[in-house]
Amino acid sequence: MCVNRSELDKPIWSNLKFGFAGILFGIILIKSEVISWFRIQEMFRLQSFHMYGVIGSAIVVGIISVFIIKKFKVRSIDGEPIRFETKKFNKGQVFGGLLFGFGWALTGACPGPLFAQIGMGATVIIVTLFSAILGTWVYGYIREKLPH
Amino acid sequence: MNFIEWIRQPWPWWVAGPLIGLTVPVLLILGNRSFGVSSSLRHICAACAPMNISFFKYDWKKEVWNLFFAGGILLGGLITALFLSDPNPVVIDPKLASELAGYGVTNTEGLVPKDLFNWENLLTVKGLILIVGGGFLVGFGTRYAGGCTSGHAIMGISNLQLPSLIATCCFMLGGFLFANIVLPLILKL
Repeated sequence: MCVNRSELDKPIWSNLKFGFAGILFGIILIKSEVISWFRIQEMFRLQSFHMYGVIGSAIVVGIISVFIIKKFKVRSIDGEPIRFETKKFNKGQVFGGLLFGFGWALTGACPGPLFAQIGMGATVIIVTLFSAILGTWVYGYIREKLPH
Repeated sequence: MNFIEWIRQPWPWWVAGPLIGLTVPVLLILGNRSFGVSSSLRHICAACAPMNISFFKYDWKKEVWNLFFAGGILLGGLITALFLSDPNPVVIDPKLASELAGYGVTNTEGLVPKDLFNWENLLTVKGLILIVGGGFLVGFGTRYAGGCTSGHAIMGISNLQLPSLIATCCFMLGGFLFANIVLPLILKL
């Protein structure tokens, strides 16, 4: 589940570069309007190609990038070999996936856009973010009782 | 048209999509990090309220980069609002606009509909479902699924992981069902 696959122990300020990457990512999310509630509704009503174009072309670029990294054994800037996570199927991807889809249709946002919307000044989304954190916590609390 | 005016316009999908896709190799090369945002919510739980729940007992400090990334997204939002925002209303599909107008949602300024997501609405049934209920489903669902649009749909599929493709199909199916069948009932409230 961990997403930091580096084995190096680095000081906390070394994370600033990820903060900078986040800033750029946030600007892209907003300028492409993928954090727009309206664009998400259009996507789920098949009224616009925009979201399909964004997600589809992001996946194509991602697939090519991962292929190149694997093929040429590209290393990280720290010189580490790049490691990939193999995901195992469990029922959570179906049940959780559907539940997240419901939430996506309601809020028009996935977790990344929640942060971007708050930054843009939609202050009430702070409540949505807290609620999402609570949802994550409740999942952790009842995890063992859920089908996986 | 100068650069700032040009960059202020909404970016087409063929610019934004590839840039989002490039986030995958950028994070890998910057330090072996797998692209994903929803994990940040888990790390916040682990940092603030682990409460002896095994799911939150891990070294969240090792994952603090993800909180920097999420904080960066927030800051990126602020920067865009201050310097790069498009003064024109969002262009939306006329069918969607007329459907929404039927529910009293006519303000299409900005990216978050002000007629639905505002502090006054928070204490109405409709507002509670959208703002609080929606957020809860996003947090619960993404963690149950083990990722969100970034972790599964983009990072997972880029790495050709079948479980991520299944999860993405379920995100879409859930969204289709809810947006077309349930959401209209909620907006009528």
